Amino acid sequence: MQDAGPESPVSVLEARISLKYDYSAGQSASRFLRAIERGKLLGQRCPVDGRVYFPSRGSCPQHAVTFGDEVVELSDKGTIVTYSIVRVPSANIPLALPYIAANVLLDGADTILMHVLDAKPDQVHMGMRVQAVWKPRAEWTTSTANIMFFRAIDEPDADYESYKEHI
Amino acid sequence: MRAVAVVGFSQSPSLRREPDRNEVEILIPVLQSLREQTGVSGADCDFICSGSSDYLAGQPFAFVSGLDAVGAWPPVSESHVEMDGAWALYEAWVKIQTGEAETALVYGFSKSSMGDLPITMALQLDPYSVMPLWPDAISIAGLQARHCLEAGLMTHRDMASVAVRDRAHAKDNPNAQLKGDWTVDEILSEAFLVNPLRRSDCAPISDGASAILLAAADRAGQICDRPAWIRGIEHICEPMELGVRDLGRSRSVEIAAEKAGVASDKIDVAELSAPFTHQSLLVEKALGLAGDTLVNPSGGALAGNPLMAVGLSRIGECASRIFSGAADRAVAHATSGPCLQQNLVCVLEGE
Repeated sequence: MQDAGPESPVSVLEARISLKYDYSAGQSASRFLRAIERGKLLGQRCPVDGRVYFPSRGSCPQHAVTFGDEVVELSDKGTIVTYSIVRVPSANIPLALPYIAANVLLDGADTILMHVLDAKPDQVHMGMRVQAVWKPRAEWTTSTANIMFFRAIDEPDADYESYKEHI
Repeated sequence: MRAVAVVGFSQSPSLRREPDRNEVEILIPVLQSLREQTGVSGADCDFICSGSSDYLAGQPFAFVSGLDAVGAWPPVSESHVEMDGAWALYEAWVKIQTGEAETALVYGFSKSSMGDLPITMALQLDPYSVMPLWPDAISIAGLQARHCLEAGLMTHRDMASVAVRDRAHAKDNPNAQLKGDWTVDEILSEAFLVNPLRRSDCAPISDGASAILLAAADRAGQICDRPAWIRGIEHICEPMELGVRDLGRSRSVEIAAEKAGVASDKIDVAELSAPFTHQSLLVEKALGLAGDTLVNPSGGALAGNPLMAVGLSRIGECASRIFSGAADRAVAHATSGPCLQQNLVCVLEGE
C-alpha cells in the first residue's frame, strides 16, 4: 500500500482473523460420511410418510421428527430429473467445458442429489439413466466428492411418472 | 398492547461439550418436548424466530440447518437474530403485537465449546482500535471487575457469594452444568484465572439449546393452564467502546427495567444471564431488586451458559415458576456484548 502521507485517509487496515473449531459433523452426518468413505450411499426413511431422504440426515425437515437408526442403502444408479449445461469454468470440477450440472434421483431415494454429469450437451435429457463414476478406492475419504461425476448407462429412459414430482 | 404470554418452555442440559450431536440434533428433542408439553408444533405456529451465531458455529448461515428441527416444508414464516434467543423472543413478541401472528415458536442454540470462546468473543469489539489487539473476553470482564472493586462497589467476598448462591440453587436444576455446595472461603482460596477473576467468578463454557412458545391472549389460555404473561419487555444498548461507558453501573439494565415496569410490584423471582459474578451484582442492583426476591433459582448463567440460549432460558425459567404457581411475578434478564453492553429485561406475571 502506497503511503500517501499523514493527511490522507487510511484505506486499508489489515486485521487477520484466524479461528479454530473442533467441529463435529453430528451423529447422522457422521454415519453418512463414514459410509461413503466405504463406497456406500446411505439414505434414511421418514417414519411419517415413508419417503427416503438422501443423504441420510437424522431428521425429517418436513415433519421435524428424528429418523432413528434405520438406514437405507441406495444404488449408485439413478435418473436425471433436470439439468443445466455449464459453460463457465468452476474450480474443483473434474470435467472439461461444457459440462452438465444435474439433479440425480438415485434409485430408491425420494430426494434428489445435485452432482455433475459427464455427457455431451446434445445427449443429455430428462429421464436419462446414469451411474456414479467413483474415484479410485485408495482416494476415498469422508466426502461426496468420492463420486467424481455421473455418466450415462445403457438402460431405457425412466418413465416420466417415476420422477415428475422432483422437477 | 396485545396480551402475550409464554405458554411453554423446554431446554437441553447444559454440557461442557456435546461430543457427537450437532446443533440440529441438540435442538430436535428440545422442540419435541415443547410440542408434547403444549400440543403445538413449530409448523403449527404463525411465526418462528431463532437466535444463534455463525461465529460460534464456525460456518455461515448455520441457523438455516436449524430449521430442520422445525419442519420448514411446506414453507413457514421465519426469522432469525444473530443474538441470544431472548432477542428472538422480542422480535416474536413484536410480530404478535402487529396482529400478524397468534402463536410464535422461539429458540436459541449453540455449541460454544467448538471454538476458543474467549478469543471468538473478541470479534464483537471495535474492529479498528480494539479487536486487532485480540483481548479475550475474560480479560475484558476482568477490567470491569477491577473497576468495580477499586471503586468500592463490591468486594471479592460479595462476588464469591454469588457463585456460592447460584451453584447451590443449581442443585435443583437437572439441566445445570455447575452445581453443588461451596463456601465463600473455598472460592476465595482459588488462584486467580485472570486477576481479579477466579474461575468460579466466570460462567462455564456450555453447549445447549432452549425453546419457548408464545401465544396471544385467547390462545394462551387454551394451551397453558397458567400462562406467564409478558407485562413488560425492553432492550437497551450502550456504546461498543468500553471507555465511554460507566463500567461500574449498568445504565442499560436500569432503563430497560424502568420501561419494563420492574418496580411496579413485588418481584418473586429473578433470573439473570450475567456470565460473571461481578456482573450479576451490577445487574441485581440495576434491576432494583428487593431482599425478598429469589435470585437465580435455576443457578442462572453461572451454572450453565449455552450462548444464544442462556438468555432465552432465563425467560423460560421464570415462566416455569409461574406455570407451577411457585411465583406470581418474575423478571428475566438477558445480555449481549462485552461488559453488559446490551441488556433485555422481561417482566412476567401469572393471572
